[in-house]
Amino acid sequence: MVMHNADKKEPRYDADTSRSRRQAALVGALGRILPPECVLYRHEDTVPYECDALTAYRCPPLAVALPETAEQVAAILRSCHEMQVPVIARGGGTGLSGGALPHRFGLTLSLAKFNRILNIDATGCTARVQCGVRNLAISDAATPYGLYYAPDPSSQIACTIGGNVAENSGGVHCLKYGLTLHNVLKVRGFLADGTPVEFGSEALDSAGLDLLALVVGSEGMLAVITEVTVKLIPKPLFASCIMASFDTVEAAGAAVASVIASGIIPAGLEMMDKAMTAAVEAFVHADYNLDAAAILLCESDGTPSEVEEEIARMEAVLREAGASRLDVSRDEAQRLRFWSGRKNAFPASGAISPDYMCMDSTIPRKRLAEMLKSIQEMETKYQLRCVNVFHAGDGNLHPLILYDADNPDEMRRCELFGADILETSVRLGGTVTGEHGVGVEKLNSMCVQFSVAERAHFLSVKHAFDPHELLNPGKVIPTLVRCAEYGKMHVHRGMTPFPALPSF
Amino acid sequence: MRDTNVALARIIDQVNAAHSSGRPLEIRGDGSKHFYGEPALGEILEISPFTGITSYEPTELVVTARAGTTLTELEATLQQCGQSLPFEPPRFAGRGTVGGMVAAGLAGPARARVGSVRDHVLGMTVLNAGGDLLTFGGQVAKNVAGYDVSRLMVGALGILGVICDVSLKVLPTPVATATCAYDCSETEALRRLNAWRSNPLPIDAISWHDDVLCVRFAGAKAAVIEARRNLGGREIAAQSAQSWWTALRDHRHEYFNLSQEELQRGECLWRLSVRASAASLSMPGRQLIEWQGAQRWCRTQAPAHEVRAAATLAGGHATLMRAASKSAGVFTPLSEALMRVHRRLKQAFDPNRIFNRGRMYAEL
Repeated sequence: MVMHNADKKEPRYDADTSRSRRQAALVGALGRILPPECVLYRHEDTVPYECDALTAYRCPPLAVALPETAEQVAAILRSCHEMQVPVIARGGGTGLSGGALPHRFGLTLSLAKFNRILNIDATGCTARVQCGVRNLAISDAATPYGLYYAPDPSSQIACTIGGNVAENSGGVHCLKYGLTLHNVLKVRGFLADGTPVEFGSEALDSAGLDLLALVVGSEGMLAVITEVTVKLIPKPLFASCIMASFDTVEAAGAAVASVIASGIIPAGLEMMDKAMTAAVEAFVHADYNLDAAAILLCESDGTPSEVEEEIARMEAVLREAGASRLDVSRDEAQRLRFWSGRKNAFPASGAISPDYMCMDSTIPRKRLAEMLKSIQEMETKYQLRCVNVFHAGDGNLHPLILYDADNPDEMRRCELFGADILETSVRLGGTVTGEHGVGVEKLNSMCVQFSVAERAHFLSVKHAFDPHELLNPGKVIPTLVRCAEYGKMHVHRGMTPFPALPSF
Repeated sequence: MRDTNVALARIIDQVNAAHSSGRPLEIRGDGSKHFYGEPALGEILEISPFTGITSYEPTELVVTARAGTTLTELEATLQQCGQSLPFEPPRFAGRGTVGGMVAAGLAGPARARVGSVRDHVLGMTVLNAGGDLLTFGGQVAKNVAGYDVSRLMVGALGILGVICDVSLKVLPTPVATATCAYDCSETEALRRLNAWRSNPLPIDAISWHDDVLCVRFAGAKAAVIEARRNLGGREIAAQSAQSWWTALRDHRHEYFNLSQEELQRGECLWRLSVRASAASLSMPGRQLIEWQGAQRWCRTQAPAHEVRAAATLAGGHATLMRAASKSAGVFTPLSEALMRVHRRLKQAFDPNRIFNRGRMYAEL
């Protein structure tokens, strides 16, 4: 077990080798592998790669490589391994936690050209695709067979399957259909030194340790994935959605628990608070109830008779839970209108504020109302507004803190507000990130959620795959020094399953 | 509470002692899966005294239990709230513990539809060889903070550490179920499964054996009735259906029980995990198919390399479940690249190789 990652970062990039000399060496090596148009290193060419969707964090990469074949990827990795150059894999650049933030002395490996769907097996219900294929493109290709790929992160038009694997992305429908992990059978790619590897198989399990489970959600730190085999599932014949209004957030939170307790797993179960509802109504004009303290969207899918049966049960439960208004979608157009607001929550927030910061913690469902109350208090404390959308069914929160990035004090208060939300989530028995990943954004929060020994094991898992820390270094696992500075490293001891134990 | 603390303290003491001396430990719950994997060796580390369901929130669909908790106790508790372990873990000889279930990672008839043990693990506390209690994951379904180490422990056969407690996602038991049978050959059964797979049918489990294809439907009442009407077949009475699926799940069916003579003759029971749509494996001996085609049991005298070759050709791998001799190796050998990662992970969690030494692969 290695625990000294804190202190060994910089010596590798010691001052005697200038950045431009390193750059020249890297570009020279890449030139022997790739045609000139696939290597970018001039400032004006690399600017678009300086950040992902977490635009507050930026860094110029040493160079950007755009390989087209797996052989080129392997050769690039071998070269970088030899030169000890960090490699940051990048898909659609839609990540929200800075997972694809470049490294100042590293290569950004854009896999955008790996955009081919290799095979749709309609009988086996699988699709084999290159890592740069967009999430939605898989479902589009499967549509003629009546199949689709279930995980649907809201960025699904632009995000790639390789990025989804890196982040273990979820989406609105993962309560019923699972996360990326539950829908991927196999990935192929390379270790940091260019060795080809496969994790998982075409079967439902594989021999040995379940390394696929480890690689999915590892934020590009364990291997570079170039090909993914996903499960496809039959498209439900029909879907219907209930929009339920509640007079208090407590009642809405309790209603979520009641739906689950009644034995129903909705296809989607989403909540918006009053402020969010107002923002999206102004944006999409979907006829939301502006008087409600909270709105729930509760969806059923399946055969028409199945949906009818389930919607009737859901309606009864929601009415019993005190819904002040219930609307059931009459047709597909209305169902999509119900969802239009929820799906536009982020742009709608952008329309009412110069900037917003999107949080992503998960808490036990039963703490939803309590969490909303805490966030309301934080609005006063930090003097910033916050609008809330939740994947209520699985307790995943997306509070959007509204601020102005041009105002340094607002920026500072916003960061404190965000950290407060994450710490409150951990205290309520949850986690600092549900689906967006740690990246660079939540490194501090990892100090809160995990002990020194746990973080040391994360690092040793990293070393098992990538002993020289070349793949996406500096992400996900905070250094000891960082946590010491953040000063909260032992907070989580209070939530171990053995609080009553003496310390051994 | 006090007793469980004492139980955990003993486990930690024994692990610390083994770690210093370098002597191996066989981690053991009920011992019902003692037969599974490569031969166990070392002093026994008893987990069964560390029991108890520490939290169960039906509305959260989450239960947390200590590793020694019996599956009988856990399932009875869930049943009281109309919930269950959807992946139907086997209870060999009617026994099994939560820790053993997770360490073995074996799942029953519903696995192809609902997912594996790993898919339902939300988090766990693990004791490493250094005596540290480590918590990974949590009690919520969506959690991407750090690597998913808790899911790495599922099916790891205890080689990385002692599972102390586990949080599992549970689900409501389906409202309606029905089982239908169809007389057909293996080829015809595979053809039907291929045709059904891409349709939104509530098929929850299948079995094909002795020229009979059984299909269990589960879900909303309307869906089950509709599927039965559309697919025909002869309906099996609820009672018999229940005992059929249970016999498959717990390997109580005679198919899974090889007599001493059969074993001495060189007959083996293999589990082949393959591409669901794979064609007939054309293996000598008797077969039993589950998981919508993705799990094929073979009772055969065919040599190990032929069985493994057939599994590889079908996109998967083969595991030797029951045999007089396991000298051919229980699990499919790994590529050198993957074995290197395995060795380093073992080194990180258990440098002196005290936990279940050699239970998965000789060198781990």
